[in-house]
Amino acid sequence: MSGLLPEGFWTRNETLVAIVIILFCIVATLSDPLFFSATTLTDLLRASIVLGILAVAAMLVLISGGIDVSFTAVAVFAMYATTVFTLAVAPEMPWFVIFAISIGIGACLGAINGIFIAGFGLPTLIVTLGTLSVFRGFLLTFVGSQRISALPPEMREFSRMMITRGTTEAGNFYALPWAFAALVFVVVLTWFILHRTMLGRSIFAIGGSVESARRIGINVGATQFFVYVYVGALAGLAGIIHGAMGRMADPFSLVGLELSVIAAVVLGGARLIGGYGTITGTLLGVALIVLVQNSLIVVGIPSTWQSVTIGLLILLGTGLPAWQAKRAAARAA
Amino acid sequence: MAAATNGALVDMKGVTKRYGGVTALDGVDFTVNAGEAVCLAGENGSGKSTLIKILSGVEQPTAGTISINGTERTNLNPRVSAAAGVMVIFQDFSLFPNMSVAENIAFSTQLGQNRTLFDRGHARKLAQSVLERIGVDIALDARVESLPVAHKQLVAICRALASEARLIIMDEPTTALTEREVRSLLAIIRRLKEEGVAVLFVSHKLAEVLEVCEKVFVLRNGKKVAEGPATDFDAASLTRHMTGRDVPEAPPSAVTEGSKTLLDVENLSKDGAFDNVSFALKAGEVLGVSGLLGSGRTSLAKALFGLVEPDSGTIRLDGEAFALGDPIAAASAGIGYVPEDRLTEGLFLTQSIARNIAVGRLDAHEKRGFLDLGALMSEATDWLTRLKVKAPDPQAPVRSLSGGNQQRVALARWLSRAPRVLVLNGPSVGVDVGSKADIHDIIRDLARSGIGVIVISDDLPELLATCHRILVMKAGRVVDEIAGNSVTEDELAHRLAS
Repeated sequence: MSGLLPEGFWTRNETLVAIVIILFCIVATLSDPLFFSATTLTDLLRASIVLGILAVAAMLVLISGGIDVSFTAVAVFAMYATTVFTLAVAPEMPWFVIFAISIGIGACLGAINGIFIAGFGLPTLIVTLGTLSVFRGFLLTFVGSQRISALPPEMREFSRMMITRGTTEAGNFYALPWAFAALVFVVVLTWFILHRTMLGRSIFAIGGSVESARRIGINVGATQFFVYVYVGALAGLAGIIHGAMGRMADPFSLVGLELSVIAAVVLGGARLIGGYGTITGTLLGVALIVLVQNSLIVVGIPSTWQSVTIGLLILLGTGLPAWQAKRAAARAA
Repeated sequence: MAAATNGALVDMKGVTKRYGGVTALDGVDFTVNAGEAVCLAGENGSGKSTLIKILSGVEQPTAGTISINGTERTNLNPRVSAAAGVMVIFQDFSLFPNMSVAENIAFSTQLGQNRTLFDRGHARKLAQSVLERIGVDIALDARVESLPVAHKQLVAICRALASEARLIIMDEPTTALTEREVRSLLAIIRRLKEEGVAVLFVSHKLAEVLEVCEKVFVLRNGKKVAEGPATDFDAASLTRHMTGRDVPEAPPSAVTEGSKTLLDVENLSKDGAFDNVSFALKAGEVLGVSGLLGSGRTSLAKALFGLVEPDSGTIRLDGEAFALGDPIAAASAGIGYVPEDRLTEGLFLTQSIARNIAVGRLDAHEKRGFLDLGALMSEATDWLTRLKVKAPDPQAPVRSLSGGNQQRVALARWLSRAPRVLVLNGPSVGVDVGSKADIHDIIRDLARSGIGVIVISDDLPELLATCHRILVMKAGRVVDEIAGNSVTEDELAHRLAS
């Protein structure tokens, strides 16, 4: 066994989460054979696009040793402001321009976090708690608080672009939108930055030890600034996709989701102290949260139990490896 | 002395540094030649840290000149210093615990090459070649957090070498190492010297590195007070120069005849840590426990205080057994424990000095459910005076104290509880020579007052200066018992290593 699998395989969060997912799917399939179908799969994939992009962003912040709770406010701000702007200026703009505007707005808001955190050296949680409120309040006060269901035509068009669609043998409809490609793109880009660039390695380094990073000449401020701008840009992307797929620009949506997102990331093995986190783990964490949010009813648990279940999963999923580590440390002492 | 400056790797002349009104360095001349190992000795506050900071470009001197490789440098900064080959290995090694050995070694080099992309293959190749250069074998993919201290230090050395260090400055290199690990470090230093790399040891515990050094500089109060070939110095003369006074260490006076047994440990075993350990401790006796790292000495110490739960055996205090594996039971039975790593295990660093002492006495100063803060604090400040803690203000954070004074605070906390038995793990680790002698005085005084003291240490002079008996542990077993006044340091070293 030990020859085939990397050391510590069985005690990793990733393994644990994957096992829970598999068990969940087995139980779900046993209680409802229709669960195991292309329809369920595409439903779940669709549901994980926005959560997945936000989770990858949140993971990056955790790796750098910070925590960001403002990204949902950034996402909804970028989405709504972009929609309002597009409708007012040029409703016929192609979808990729609309997306670019939303990403740009997100990056600017992220830069505000970055200035406070990297520039003034303030604690990340305090700053983002503050900007969460400020961004959202600013949006509702100055940009608008009306739901907009008459979206620019290109945004509606985007949500109808499908990678694959069809009908299963059981007669159920399934479809996977092109928006899913955005998640794939974000995953690949973020993986590349984290593992193939010096910038990415510096993010791990400052998460491991800020003082050491400074001493060997890593530009800590610039690295942190990049992290928050990148996270803002990803939030802008997630926001506009959320609006397009929901066919509505709702300024009250998304905010409140930040803890589920951080939960997914922590379930996947990222540590709040910084320096640790994998994309595989984060995606598995997202898959588990999405599964619980969408399919709990299939295994016979009422959907009102959703948050209890997610809470228990977090306690188990992060508590178990932590407990194992503690026992290993006690044995070594 | 005049000729030595030609071809010097580093040459400092008349370097002075003032912080406000305080003169940290006062007209110091200092040279290091290529391939030379130099000791820079001095107590805390002597100016040695300032000297490192100036050499590594972190601080600018107020006056004086610095030349590296014959070129005078007026505006040193950390990048310029590093590019000139001056690398500092800090006491905490400044590594990234979450990253692999290979990346830790290669990171600064790759950063210096202004790369955009990270090349894992290059990092591994570079790390491998440096590890081979110093002849050690550490798994390239291991996370640094999983390595023992000695290996972390080697990784830090490798990182300096990977970026073509010409002078490696090592801050307190031996404090965390056992004797055997110090030996292998010295072997590596010899290898580096043959390749022309210079090494500067900066420490207050230098006797053990003297043998690889060519030159010794001693700083005291910002001034150079002694300089010369290493062969002219020994542990005693170094201490004399560093403190400016002789610190003779009187061996402990004999245990009072007929004093009764205080602590009785029988057949204590813990799988993988210690095996069938039995001993007795009399009132007024100081018992040393020594052995190499991994011999089980630290686990045994923790087991006495309930921090490690033994699998079997009994511990009796005054003939009464108490619950094992329970620090609260041990403390209320009358056992005190001062851990080796004060910073992480013993003290609340950011809290005030007085609070750190008082925290052990909260329950004693309870009045009808409320805390009698006045009595609590006056007791705490009383202990500060009794243990001669040099603290400007009992409300200042413990972090602001020197190592020696921090250790006294940790001791004061336990002493205020009037323990019967005190277990001291590495009582003078990270403490300067003067304070060390004071701490040894305190230990001998405690014993005279009837407390049983157990000193866990691998510092041989310390054991000889404080202990009546010394137990030697190896692979979890007590293999030898030595009367403190019957051996010399060399004999003790021999019996420990055999």
